[in-house]
Amino acid sequence: MIISIASGKGGTGKTTIAVNLALSLKNIQLLDCDVEEPNAHLFLKPRIKEKAKASIPVPEVDEAKCNYCSKCREVCAYHAIAVLSGNNGNKGSVLIFPHLCHGCGACSLLCPQGAIKEVNKEIGAIEIGDKGDIQFIHGRLNIGEAMSPPLIRQVKSYINPTRTVIIDAPPGTSCPVITAAKGSDFCVLVTEPTPFGLNDLVLAVEVLRKLQIPFGVVVNRSDIGDGKVEGYCREERIPILMKIPFSKEIAVSYSEGIPIVEKDVSYQDKFINLYLNICGIKNEANSRY
Amino acid sequence: MGKKGIAIKEEGVNMKICITSEGRTLDSKVDSRFGRCQNFIFFDTDTGKFEAQENTNAQFQGGAGIQSGQLVVSRGVKAVLTGNVGPNAYQVLSAAGVSVFTGVSGTVQEAIEGYRNSKHKAADSPSVGSKFGMPVKNS
Repeated sequence: MIISIASGKGGTGKTTIAVNLALSLKNIQLLDCDVEEPNAHLFLKPRIKEKAKASIPVPEVDEAKCNYCSKCREVCAYHAIAVLSGNNGNKGSVLIFPHLCHGCGACSLLCPQGAIKEVNKEIGAIEIGDKGDIQFIHGRLNIGEAMSPPLIRQVKSYINPTRTVIIDAPPGTSCPVITAAKGSDFCVLVTEPTPFGLNDLVLAVEVLRKLQIPFGVVVNRSDIGDGKVEGYCREERIPILMKIPFSKEIAVSYSEGIPIVEKDVSYQDKFINLYLNICGIKNEANSRY
Repeated sequence: MGKKGIAIKEEGVNMKICITSEGRTLDSKVDSRFGRCQNFIFFDTDTGKFEAQENTNAQFQGGAGIQSGQLVVSRGVKAVLTGNVGPNAYQVLSAAGVSVFTGVSGTVQEAIEGYRNSKHKAADSPSVGSKFGMPVKNS
């Protein structure tokens, strides 16, 4: 089973849930797909055994063959190419904006002159390690890179279906989180009982309904804020899988980079319970089809 | 036109320029964004004639600045008058040798007058970062 941990709002506790859940279960593979700011390793402290470069193919133009026909610009779905035809004695030129390129290959495939070849552009790295029997993989996007989905897909290519896979997703509701959560059997949405938490939870729920992924909510810092998140979940018949109170003990252990289950073993049962809740809802969802 | 100094300037400014505009006439306000402006107004400083073109690139998720730069360059424009220009558009425009004047506001007509009187400052770098002109989410 693949369980992704996501949230609309950032800073609600995705990584806390992902890491503590991983440490409470057996035969786990933990993927940190928040490649713009991976932080699960700070808490899990895995031994990194392998490091691989991650790259995407981007076009390179052979200006000797190019006649500035502009076909590449027309076919680029991401508007990443400008073609300046040479006039008034100026030489023409093709401007490629690699930061906007998704590496789809249309330009090189359709160039009538065969003037475009693809070259690999490094966008980040993938690191593989372990902690006890947990297999750990994360991606790190290079600073300045704008596009995380290709790297997230590469991290996910390591998914081992013989294990329970936990994906720590990036926050938000756009391409990165969709890329991370897609294909999950279940998604845990972590939120907090504040107006911001609720606003972004509603957006995330819309995304998951569109993706048709069964989901439930974890309310973090559940004893502060207001009751509107719980009210919303009741109205929308969204199961609340777990509530974590606002506690100094958790905050201190977080600030020390120590997962709470390692400091207070009683939390293990709570995370095992979370897992059992997920399994229960997943089975119920299956039996409905 | 009877003012002093204009005659001297005119020989240098007889060419096609582009002004980013909210509307399609010369009394429209200058659009403060380049890549995602609502309309381009192409003005011929020789004849005083102009033409408005809707900016369909404004809807793009990404690459609006690049393609707006491309559009303006393909119209043979020598100068752009606008509020702000982002890094990608600036790269396209400067590669094509188009002068970019940022910080321009008021009506299109006023912008043109300012250009004739050399009141605008040519930008030597982008004035804003990427995604500056993205519309505010409406839901």
